[in-house]
Amino acid sequence: MIRLENLTVNLKQFTLSGINLEVKRGEYFIILGPTGAGKTLLLETIAGLRRSDSGSIFIDDIDITRMEPERRKIGFVYQDYALFPHLSVRENIIFGLKCRRAHKIAIVMKLLQLAKLLNIAQLIERRPETLSGGEKQIVSLARALSTDPDVVLLDEPISALDPQQREGVQNELKDICKKLNRTFIHVTHNFEEAIALGDRIAVLSEGRLIQSGTPEEIFRHPNSEFVARFAMTRNIFAGLVTDDGYGGSIFTIDNNKLEVMTELRGQLHASIRPEDILISRDVLISSARNSIKGKITRVDDRGATLYVTVSTTTEFVCLVTRRSYEELGLSEGSEAYITFKASAVHVF
Amino acid sequence: MIKKTIKYLHQRRLTLTFLLIGLVLLLFIFIPLGKMIFSSSPSTLWNTLLDKEVRDSIWLSIYTALIATAFGLFFGVPLAYFLARHSFPGKRLVESLIDVPIVVPHIAAGIALLFVFGKSYLAGKAFDAIGIHFRDAVAGIVIAMIFVSVPFLINSAKQGFEEVDERLEKVARTLGASPWQTFFKISLPLARRSIFGGTVMMWARSISEFGAVLVLTSHPSIASILVYERLEAHGLEYALPVASVLIIITIVIFVALRYFTYRSKKQ
Repeated sequence: MIRLENLTVNLKQFTLSGINLEVKRGEYFIILGPTGAGKTLLLETIAGLRRSDSGSIFIDDIDITRMEPERRKIGFVYQDYALFPHLSVRENIIFGLKCRRAHKIAIVMKLLQLAKLLNIAQLIERRPETLSGGEKQIVSLARALSTDPDVVLLDEPISALDPQQREGVQNELKDICKKLNRTFIHVTHNFEEAIALGDRIAVLSEGRLIQSGTPEEIFRHPNSEFVARFAMTRNIFAGLVTDDGYGGSIFTIDNNKLEVMTELRGQLHASIRPEDILISRDVLISSARNSIKGKITRVDDRGATLYVTVSTTTEFVCLVTRRSYEELGLSEGSEAYITFKASAVHVF
Repeated sequence: MIKKTIKYLHQRRLTLTFLLIGLVLLLFIFIPLGKMIFSSSPSTLWNTLLDKEVRDSIWLSIYTALIATAFGLFFGVPLAYFLARHSFPGKRLVESLIDVPIVVPHIAAGIALLFVFGKSYLAGKAFDAIGIHFRDAVAGIVIAMIFVSVPFLINSAKQGFEEVDERLEKVARTLGASPWQTFFKISLPLARRSIFGGTVMMWARSISEFGAVLVLTSHPSIASILVYERLEAHGLEYALPVASVLIIITIVIFVALRYFTYRSKKQ
């Protein structure tokens, strides 16, 4: 468990002020914030790479606020991996153990264990510059885990990866956190990443933590413009992805079964943009695979456009122009059908 | 065919123009060096090498420059690392002062040193007490060389350290490396190419030093001073072979060093 009490860092141009935070062992914690919110500064302060001006940091109730970084048992993974370019993958991973003068046998055992856990045995003798982004990221994680840290800090660990690699690394990070029962603190500016990974999320803005809670709490009741603007422009659901029996996928939320396009399976999230949902009075016969009957429960007037909430067992927000809304003769309380393509649902 | 050639030349006109302009400078450097080397017959050069005074002076140049460079490494690398990693008020000024020995006339540099290391002055007195003199002594040659050539090493090493991503050092710390371990296992190895380059430059500049050394120590004489003395006392004819030998030895050493650094770069 790691606890921050009133942590404050004053820099010339920027202040990180009064950060209070508690993250449990085995928890995957996300710190979400826009660029310049102080995310990296916060992580570097937790790791002891920067001095805090006031406040305290505790790991398992031991005060580590003034402890040297090398004694804190905190692992660090940087966005662009920061692998030592003059060392091989093996030497990178065992660097920390060698510095701590671990026994040769212990080093080999650890290397084997990590190679197996992260499935990187084939990379061990390679040089960092020959690895792909995803491989570098996993090696960087292996290096951070080599010294059995209590807490692993990850600074935008998947932002630099291309989308294909991103999904794989994302799942792997969460798996490892749970398998090893370590505390992971991961900072990102990416909402979907935050929802997909976070057991809990804290929102950091201009050096302050302005909200924390489960992904649902954060996105249902955002108290920052930064999150609200995102939450409003997406329908976000938690649900279960299964096979539909024909080679496709079904996303189940409450009683609604949505056809979606994804290779992922299990308890996941989905988002649909309001502008991708069509509203109609009657069933719409079209190529779109999802059509659900519901009732209009709310209309948010935005001038030329309207955000219309259609409730089934779940609420969907749809964006329509004022003109089409009026021409359809819809109003609050009337029944309506919503229709969207399977490809309009983004599963993550 | 001709059309094609003209078209090709037309497309490459920037490259060709710059090559021609650059060629002028290359000739300006190569012709004097070549004339120098080939103006003395091989037998004259050989006889010059057999002259003990010449051999001694060249050897003296090489090893005093080595000692100066060793001091430069020991004191300069820590300073370079400090400057690369810390900012403080007046840092710009300090950095400019480091460059001053490069720009002042070296005779003046020598005189400045004399005012500190001369027997009747501060440092001179202190060193005199432990039996080290700087007037007409090897130690004098060494401090003159350090003074005028250490900026090359400091600047090059500083640049090397600046190019090392600070986050690599930070990661090393979180992995359990002490500040010393971080320096010796991460920062130093990653900056080694620049440090090596600076070392070679410092050594080269030390070997070629004349003015500052002349003020402090003309005897025993390093090679550059011997060339000057022979020119003064006996004329060009006597100075030339010594100069040629000095140039040949320097070229051989530098081509060899270049070759080895190029190879290690490839690896």
